[in-house]
Amino acid sequence: MAARALREAGRRRGWAAEVGRRCFSGGSAGAAVAEPKEGVAEGGKAVNLFTAVNQALHIALDTDPRAYVFGEDVGFGGVFRCTTGLADRFGKSRVFNTPLCEQGIAGFAIGLAAMGNRAIAEIQFADYIFPAFDQIVNEAAKFRYRSGNEFNCGGLTIRTPYGAVGHGGHYHSQSPEAFFCHVPGLKVVIPRSPREAKGLLLASIRDPNPVVFFEPKWLYRLAVEEVPEEDYMLPLSQAEVIRKGSDITLIGWGAQLAVLKEACEDAAKDGVSCELIDLKTLIPWDKETVEASVKKTGKLLVSHEAPITGGFGAEIAASIAERCFQRLEAPVARVCGVDTPFPLVYEPFYMPTKNKVLDAIKATVNY
Amino acid sequence: MAALWLARASSQLARRAARRLPPLPSRHGGEPSPWFLGSSVAAPPPVLGSPPLPPLERIARRGFCSVRRFAGESSAAAAAADEEEPENGFAGGDQAIDFPGGKVSFVAEMNFLPESHGERISCYRVLDDDGRTISGSRFQEVSKEVALKMYIEMVTLQIMDNIFYEAQRQGRISFYLTSNGEEAINIASAAALSIDDIVLPQYREPGVLLWRGFTLQEFANQCFGNSMDYGKGRQMPIHYGSNRLNYFTVSSPIATQLPHAVGAAYSLKMDKKDACAITYFGDGGTSEGDFHAALNFAAVMDAPVVFFCRNNGWAISTPTTEQFRSDGVVIRGQAYGIRGIRVDGNDALAVYSAVHAAREMAIAEGRPILIEALTYRVGHHSTSDDSTKYRPVDEIEHWRTARDPISRYRKWVQGNDWWSDAEESELRRRVRKELLQAIQVAERMPKPPFAELFTDVYDQIPSNLREQERLLRETIMKHPADYPTDVPV
Ligand SMILES: Cc1ncc(C[n+]2csc(CCOP(=O)(O)OP(=O)(O)O)c2C)c(N)n1
Ligand SMILES: [Mg+2]
Repeated sequence: MAARALREAGRRRGWAAEVGRRCFSGGSAGAAVAEPKEGVAEGGKAVNLFTAVNQALHIALDTDPRAYVFGEDVGFGGVFRCTTGLADRFGKSRVFNTPLCEQGIAGFAIGLAAMGNRAIAEIQFADYIFPAFDQIVNEAAKFRYRSGNEFNCGGLTIRTPYGAVGHGGHYHSQSPEAFFCHVPGLKVVIPRSPREAKGLLLASIRDPNPVVFFEPKWLYRLAVEEVPEEDYMLPLSQAEVIRKGSDITLIGWGAQLAVLKEACEDAAKDGVSCELIDLKTLIPWDKETVEASVKKTGKLLVSHEAPITGGFGAEIAASIAERCFQRLEAPVARVCGVDTPFPLVYEPFYMPTKNKVLDAIKATVNY
Repeated sequence: MAALWLARASSQLARRAARRLPPLPSRHGGEPSPWFLGSSVAAPPPVLGSPPLPPLERIARRGFCSVRRFAGESSAAAAAADEEEPENGFAGGDQAIDFPGGKVSFVAEMNFLPESHGERISCYRVLDDDGRTISGSRFQEVSKEVALKMYIEMVTLQIMDNIFYEAQRQGRISFYLTSNGEEAINIASAAALSIDDIVLPQYREPGVLLWRGFTLQEFANQCFGNSMDYGKGRQMPIHYGSNRLNYFTVSSPIATQLPHAVGAAYSLKMDKKDACAITYFGDGGTSEGDFHAALNFAAVMDAPVVFFCRNNGWAISTPTTEQFRSDGVVIRGQAYGIRGIRVDGNDALAVYSAVHAAREMAIAEGRPILIEALTYRVGHHSTSDDSTKYRPVDEIEHWRTARDPISRYRKWVQGNDWWSDAEESELRRRVRKELLQAIQVAERMPKPPFAELFTDVYDQIPSNLREQERLLRETIMKHPADYPTDVPV
């Protein structure tokens, strides 16, 4: 009844259903980022990103009887379906819901990991990781160092969805990676596509250091590519040149790669050749690959969704300025979120869009 | 019952075991030992049958009696108790010590506190399932006028939920979350408060705001994030807030508002206001650290705050059995030194009476009160959720129909001859019409202007944001197609 009345009122006024639209540039192509790469078996079924994560978790639990997966609402498959089927297959003592308490999840995971287990913890949204900040920063990150390597919690991996989705507002959109990059002892990894997500997640889970693994939730359903069904890992701390070019180097991670990729294609139409790098691991990051590229192109653009000030782009800009000062032909450009909380109706304004990137490419190339 | 029996049985076993063991000799030959200064012995020797030792450093600083005497006496006492002690501890009257924090007496038995009381704490109720007052029930009288307003607002909340939910389904708003099944909690608790009481909500309490006079138009403006939304379109739908109505703006992170409520309550007390703070939260929220911090702070600060837990059985897909193993939430008040009550959350009169009394105690006695309202989340968690994935449909149906708080309350109201079927249909017709109207107006209204993206980050716009605004304006001029047309630039 109400539904019909509403709909009729809508028709009369000619309303468009426009919720969740991403009418700003650079919003279309999750899948466009994926390209075949060396080192990974080819083929496999085309799956989306949450399914790729799910596959990795199945493999992690299957290959290591001391692996555990837990977090809020993980039991029924998780609010993003990443843990579907795990509890049924591996049992409730290895895959389970936790109480609603992020500090508890992180602290519990650290203790579990310290006993020689693989603790794969989920924080439901990266926006809600802050109650766990003390455990992650003061405990997980320093466990090995403060004990002189008597103890470590290297089996710890914290998975958490991050980034914009078009309608997430303040608390379902943030990209808090830079906070964790500022903490020696943690690794920070962010995949750009399903195939990357599976290989990097398995590598993170098996890496003997605590890893915070941010999953681009905007791509969970949107990004689809062929993912090898078998167990494979992609190396951490290795950036990847996903497009070769000669005029400028673009660098990013996670969902932003899709935007950068589109900008590269548009720039090419204007005769600008961009080299695109996926950093993948933010800490410890692969300076050599970035440095080699910038030495070739003489220009660098960094782009991320997090606010520009104090973002990880600042660290990259500073390091490259140090290493490539003589070769830089223009200031390092940064195309990032603005310095405000993540806003709902202003999301299209806030975002580092394709056209913002394109403008910055042109300004840098013509500097 | 079984749990109680087990607890008793195990403590009897423990008692017997304790008697059979000989008293332990002091490992340090009776001399006060400097172990607390950092010798290799990490802890004082355990003495069976005595309570754990208090922290030594503190005792030493206070010039308390020596460790030796304390430990020695306990072992000797344990031995003595072995021979002549009646079941329940020391016969002598002087076996108690002023510990920091108060006098505590000793017992010879090694009694572990049981993990539960055995029987679940009972639940205060006024109306039975048929809307009749249970004989002997004591409750706060409500005038006909207030009673009717409560009913009308409960129905209004229900209709608002149905229509906004549908609007989300049609893609008109980006998100919604209903209070289905919790209408009595929302409205009756609000009715028992005064407008000067400060409300710190979670997100499933829009009825409190409705009761205070937030109009359907104001609700719609927030959900559409238009230029009349007090939150300036920055937050997701349902994140209402109103300074005028003493309702702090909703924040998505769970339980963060609880410590705020304690601070707000402390301020009310310092200002000698005739008001309290009330904060609402779910069963899931009680697991967060902020819940525990807030209860403890409130008790220690003697803050006039009412903690109102809506225990609706679910935190998204997580049932309370996987959230806590205590008997719900109310019991935890005691551990913090906070008075509490468990109430039937689907009984408007019980909720009203409990909040009324809690408020009076909080203000008059300067103390926190914990209320646990038992209820059921009849709707999905939100429009992002399908709860049939994790709970049985007939369970939902049962609560939606047989346990509906609105119909129960209506029976009582109609039993008083205060309400007729004709008035009912007129009310529903009117509210629906008003809502559809409010939605049309809200939808037609432009979004807040672009400039508001940069305001309110600080009280004044700093230079970095001024520069970002200028650059962004240039971008918008260059690429107008990238930006929504309904946001005035
Ligand atoms: C700190 C934090 N962690 C996780 C979430 C995601 N989340 C939103 S609501 C919710 C469940 C809350 O359950 P409860 O407190 O019982 O309230 P109810 O929804 O039942 O009213 C969760 C886990 C959040 N909002 N904040
Ligand atoms: Mg709940």
